[in-house]
Amino acid sequence: MKKRLLIISCLVGAVLLIMPEVRSAFALSDAYKDNIYNPGILKPVDSALKAKVGRKAPDFALKAVSGGKVSLAQYRGKKNVAISFVPAAWTPVCSDQWPGYNIVKEMFDAHDAILLGITVDNLPTLFSWTNQMGKLWFPVLSDFWPHGAVAKKYGVLRSDGVTERALFVIDKKGIIRYIDVHDINQRPSLEILMGELEKLKRGK
Amino acid sequence: MMRRMLWFALLAWGMILCGPAAGRAAGTPPVGGQLPDFTLGVPKDAAEKTYLGLSGSGAFKIPQIRAKTVIVEIFSMYCPYCQKESPNVNRVYEKIEADPALRGKIKLLGIGVGNSAFEVGVFRKRYSIPFPLFPDGDFVLHKLLGEVRTPYFIGVKIRPDGSHQVVHSRLGAFESVEKFLDEIVKASDLK
Repeated sequence: MKKRLLIISCLVGAVLLIMPEVRSAFALSDAYKDNIYNPGILKPVDSALKAKVGRKAPDFALKAVSGGKVSLAQYRGKKNVAISFVPAAWTPVCSDQWPGYNIVKEMFDAHDAILLGITVDNLPTLFSWTNQMGKLWFPVLSDFWPHGAVAKKYGVLRSDGVTERALFVIDKKGIIRYIDVHDINQRPSLEILMGELEKLKRGK
Repeated sequence: MMRRMLWFALLAWGMILCGPAAGRAAGTPPVGGQLPDFTLGVPKDAAEKTYLGLSGSGAFKIPQIRAKTVIVEIFSMYCPYCQKESPNVNRVYEKIEADPALRGKIKLLGIGVGNSAFEVGVFRKRYSIPFPLFPDGDFVLHKLLGEVRTPYFIGVKIRPDGSHQVVHSRLGAFESVEKFLDEIVKASDLK
């Protein structure tokens, strides 16, 4: 019994020791003032991926913050598509991801690609939140109702109803070429995404 | 015996977690205080190296920069306010370089918290940043600097003996470029 307690104490200590490293994996912009809700450290991945590299990407049509609907099919034969699922508006790492993509439109253009940002938040929330980021050049789509239906099709809907922090790269034929279901607590690096788009450009 | 070992284990964890090596966030550098102890990589770019008055390769500390005052901008490529503030920060640099009384005495550098070298490069190119930027991909420096929101500006006065003091520490965008520079100049006793 006491041996077990000793082991538990060591395990708890080890977890606590690692936690501060994870805790600060974001830097908040002053743009959001004190309006960011910090959910703390979450289970890195909490869903079972359904989409697969090499298979056709599930189609969808979602309402966009800028008005109207955007579908995946409308880019078929025209553009490569990068989909960025982020878990929730007004949370630390998510608020720290799309504003970076917002200054690299030229890089997406150079790879003949469009970026689609998706969360399960409703349109008014997404409107308020993305307004803090400046004017975004890419469509921001709401997968609010039926709740998380698109995220579910891709297999990135977590058990608490938000999505994973996931990236999908889809070529002009609608085939998934890259998937990164990232640790929800950390932002994926831009160079890896750009590297994957570069591969499409080089026909690899 | 077992109970004593258990207490010892708990005490040891307590010491590790509360000790200075715990890697927890330090406080924001206060005016009148000192910078936390950290190094940056000497830039490979010759012009940047010359600007900072550094030689060789490896690491350096901010007080080793050839200047009377160094302005450190804590930024992130992913931060909308940092993006918006960039032209103003560039203007601070240009005003310093255009003023014979300040040129060579005040130097600027940026630390991109949570940004890789690639991401810092994107920011540099996108906003034509004329001063050196350094990556802090793993948030190590961000943690040491009190996990400040961005952009954050720290003015560091460097004395002839190599000692230093924080003379300015502020969060957020400038009210005006002139006012900010004036505050830095006054706090550093440069005019």
